[in-house]
Amino acid sequence: MNSEPLVRWDWIGAHLGPILERGGQHLYLAVIAVTIGFAISFGLAALSIRRRRLYPFVTLLATAVYTIPSFAMFAALVVVSGLSIFTAEIPLVVYTFILFVPNIVAGFDAVPQDVLDAADGMGYTSAQRWWQVELPLSVPLVVAGLRLATVSTIGLVTVSAILGDRFGGLGYYILDGYHRHFPTEILVGGLLSIGLAVLADLGFVLLRRLLTPWATARAAAR
Amino acid sequence: MDILAVTAQWLADPAHWQGPNGIPLRLGEHVALSVVSLVLAALVAMPLGLWIGHTGRFSWLVVSSANAWRALPSFAVIGLLVPFTTLLDPNLGFILYPTLVAMIVLAGPPILVNSYEGVAGVDRDLVEAARGMGMSERQILFALEMPVALPVLAAGIRSAAVQVIATATLGATFGFGGLGRYIVLGDANRDNGQLFGGVVLVAALALTTLAFFVLIERRLASPGLAARTAG
Repeated sequence: MNSEPLVRWDWIGAHLGPILERGGQHLYLAVIAVTIGFAISFGLAALSIRRRRLYPFVTLLATAVYTIPSFAMFAALVVVSGLSIFTAEIPLVVYTFILFVPNIVAGFDAVPQDVLDAADGMGYTSAQRWWQVELPLSVPLVVAGLRLATVSTIGLVTVSAILGDRFGGLGYYILDGYHRHFPTEILVGGLLSIGLAVLADLGFVLLRRLLTPWATARAAAR
Repeated sequence: MDILAVTAQWLADPAHWQGPNGIPLRLGEHVALSVVSLVLAALVAMPLGLWIGHTGRFSWLVVSSANAWRALPSFAVIGLLVPFTTLLDPNLGFILYPTLVAMIVLAGPPILVNSYEGVAGVDRDLVEAARGMGMSERQILFALEMPVALPVLAAGIRSAAVQVIATATLGATFGFGGLGRYIVLGDANRDNGQLFGGVVLVAALALTTLAFFVLIERRLASPGLAARTAG
């Protein structure tokens, strides 16, 4: 292993197609998990906002789930749901709850009461108030939750490589490279999955700027 | 359910509680690795965080390390370390160092961020008053800022500890032992009792760690603060 260079560029060149395919799979697994996780979390957050007493239980449950190692959950689910997409997605989805729910709840809590009163005074119906006032004003914290959940999910997708070569996205190369004592493969898998997480994070920063033009305008006016 | 029965059976079998693959030894490996990495991480991150919090200098370092931390999945970090640690030591560099270093990397940022926030969050009026009373910077840090910041500091160590205990399980995929080994072996040999036994042990250890730190934090809280929260 010492005589061989750390990075075999020829291997990378010969595997560009499969690397791209694994990257695509990585994103695909992450996007499904974040989308479903967001939808469920939004429901849980809405419930927590209406019924405050439920909120501590929701958080406690989400924390307890988060404490179970991803590796253990993937392996345990194989016995229950086999080597199906569910086995990969269920852990990824449930890990997003603890990142989404508190941020969504905080986002709606952060809307000032004065603003809500003003909207009521202007004759908004409650649906209009929700869509045109509460939702836009909660965007910064909701997007903060999306950033956290997406970055964390992209990282966790690598662990699903233990489910075999049909899963794991770029994580496949980390595990395969380790088993074959082949550093190039590990570096490709590891660095690209980190790169993917960083890119996704930047994407959300851009998204927040687009969705909350008033924040940027205010910063510029200062 | 069948899984419950085989898991209980596996856990109850005295043969699994002794020998080189026995539960006490694997538990010991898991805890030892976690404690060593936590201590090493705290030795670096805590003084650094306290100093940055006290002086207010280099606070960008705290923010960027917290961000970088979220983008560094342990699975990738362990893997990425292998090619480099094997250059140092072909054996330990393959089975121990990658997991150990990755756990230090995992534990550092939460401790750093909380040490910083704990000290930076101390009321500046208090600090100015202490300065006015003639306390030295060292006295301010150790006699004022640290005691006030203690709950936040402890919360950082707790969150680092729980994450390290849970994530050290991954090390079993990369040659390290610990409780994750049962999950790897159970998965490979289609031995559900062993697999779920491992899952139960790891989850129990993580929850015990969480409970342990919550109890310690209660004891650490200064009596005045504890009374205020109780009232």
